[in-house]
Amino acid sequence: MSTLLELNGVEARYGPIKALHGVTLSVDEGEVVAVLGANGAGKTTTLRAISNTVRSSGEVRFAGKSIARRSPESIVRLGIAHVPEGRGTFAELTVTENLRLGAYTRRGSNKATMKQVREYFPWMAERGEQQAGTLSGGEQQMLALARAFMQRPRLLLLDEPSLGLAPIIVSEIFRLVTELNKEGMTVLVVEQNANIALQAASRAYVLEVGRVAVSGTSDELRANESVRRSYLGY
Amino acid sequence: MAVARALKIGLPLTRRRVRPAVTWPVALLLLVACVFLTIGSLTSAIFAEQTVAGLAQGGVYASLAVALVLIYRATEVINFAQGGMAMFTTYITFQLMEWGVSYWAAFAATIGIAFAGGIAVERVIIRPTARGGVLTVVVVTIGLLLLLQGAAAWIWTPQIRPFRSAFSARPIRVGGVAFTVQDLGTIGVTIGAVVLLWLFFQLTKTGLAMRAAALRPAAARLVGVRVGWMLALGWGLAAALGAITGLMVVPTTYLQPTMMDTILIYAFAAAVVGGIENPAGAVVGGLGLGVLLNLLGTYVGFLKHAPELNLPVALAVLLVVLLIRPAGLFGRTLVRRV
Repeated sequence: MSTLLELNGVEARYGPIKALHGVTLSVDEGEVVAVLGANGAGKTTTLRAISNTVRSSGEVRFAGKSIARRSPESIVRLGIAHVPEGRGTFAELTVTENLRLGAYTRRGSNKATMKQVREYFPWMAERGEQQAGTLSGGEQQMLALARAFMQRPRLLLLDEPSLGLAPIIVSEIFRLVTELNKEGMTVLVVEQNANIALQAASRAYVLEVGRVAVSGTSDELRANESVRRSYLGY
Repeated sequence: MAVARALKIGLPLTRRRVRPAVTWPVALLLLVACVFLTIGSLTSAIFAEQTVAGLAQGGVYASLAVALVLIYRATEVINFAQGGMAMFTTYITFQLMEWGVSYWAAFAATIGIAFAGGIAVERVIIRPTARGGVLTVVVVTIGLLLLLQGAAAWIWTPQIRPFRSAFSARPIRVGGVAFTVQDLGTIGVTIGAVVLLWLFFQLTKTGLAMRAAALRPAAARLVGVRVGWMLALGWGLAAALGAITGLMVVPTTYLQPTMMDTILIYAFAAAVVGGIENPAGAVVGGLGLGVLLNLLGTYVGFLKHAPELNLPVALAVLLVVLLIRPAGLFGRTLVRRV
């Protein structure tokens, strides 16, 4: 399989505070890869460095081309969807409008994709006119995934999809991520919930204070003593 | 997609009520006002005539108020130059007509020029200063107003000129009530322009992207919206709407560098009464203000012969509304979860 995304020695800072001290990772086409780590380890910043929504240096390559100097808007056009922290919901707009915005960069009709989404989530059709801000947290996360799907990206960047959701909804969300992956979407997911993330991902990286501390297949990480103690809790 | 299988366990379908933009006391107030105006118009010819004249005035306030709201939503500032821009574009129409262009051709060309000019103002003057914060931009718009007024007086001299109306002043009689074509035309054009704009925002992809960019710039960027351009486009549309407003009022104010000054204050009052972020509120505020001022001027003794009291009365209305509903009639008090 070919490499779709490559980060090489990526550093990032918020003002004087350095958040990433040289992150190196790669994602192959068709994979689900997880980035694990504690609060403040630089997981979110890693995603933001890819979509260029944080000031960063180092090499970021997507499908062989360097994207480190591109604007966030043009990175979306290359086929990278970023569902950020807080899900990026347009709370004031309706469910349908949120979905339409997902397809903003696509030319031509999005009817077929919209139909697929509505078959998959009948409630999004029934409550298409509801303001997205009034949805429950789980529904908003599903809307965020559906919005990303409308974009038909090659790579989906997913920031902590389990945040604030009940366990049963979390497993639904990850089942959905797996479905999207089967549809041909490569996924890079950032998670604190290492258990569930390792179930969905084939490989994972563990970040500690802005660096990759451990990496390997999900099975290897589950077998790793220190990872198990620190992140899996058994 | 391999369908619904994944979501067999149904999520609790939360059917939460969406908070309506119009609360019931406001709805009641509007209903009562409409009934009052209808009954009044049916019983008295003068009342009907003054209501329509008020709606024409109000349409002008409403369209300029919507232009203010557009820019407020995009840039979060009150554009004090909104009236000045409309004045300047009216001069451009004047110049085109001096060069022999017919009225309607000049009208159309002016809208195009205003649109391009609005975009240019945002790109060249507002964008570079926006980093200084809201207050800086406000001061910059005031500077722009002075600049435009100065430039207009310099290019075309401050001399007051009559200007033709888009419509004839011929009255139309409907059962003993005389409406002028000009009033009806003004209502049609101003409200029509606002409705077109609303349709643009609701139905087109670009309109949706503009709303998204104004509401949540960071999230909009992540779906690929070029936020900067959307804001510039907002300025362009506001300037175009302002240009239409200018051409609708110029027959009554005459062409002069200060022609829009008071109208901007009325429009501002209308926008704030409606709740500064809500275009529908701005329309209702504008129309309401126009009708109210006209009727008060007709029926209240001491206001009859003192048109200069119109402005204080408008501001008194604004004050009363804000005392009762600080966020405006249609505004929502900002509640943030932290």
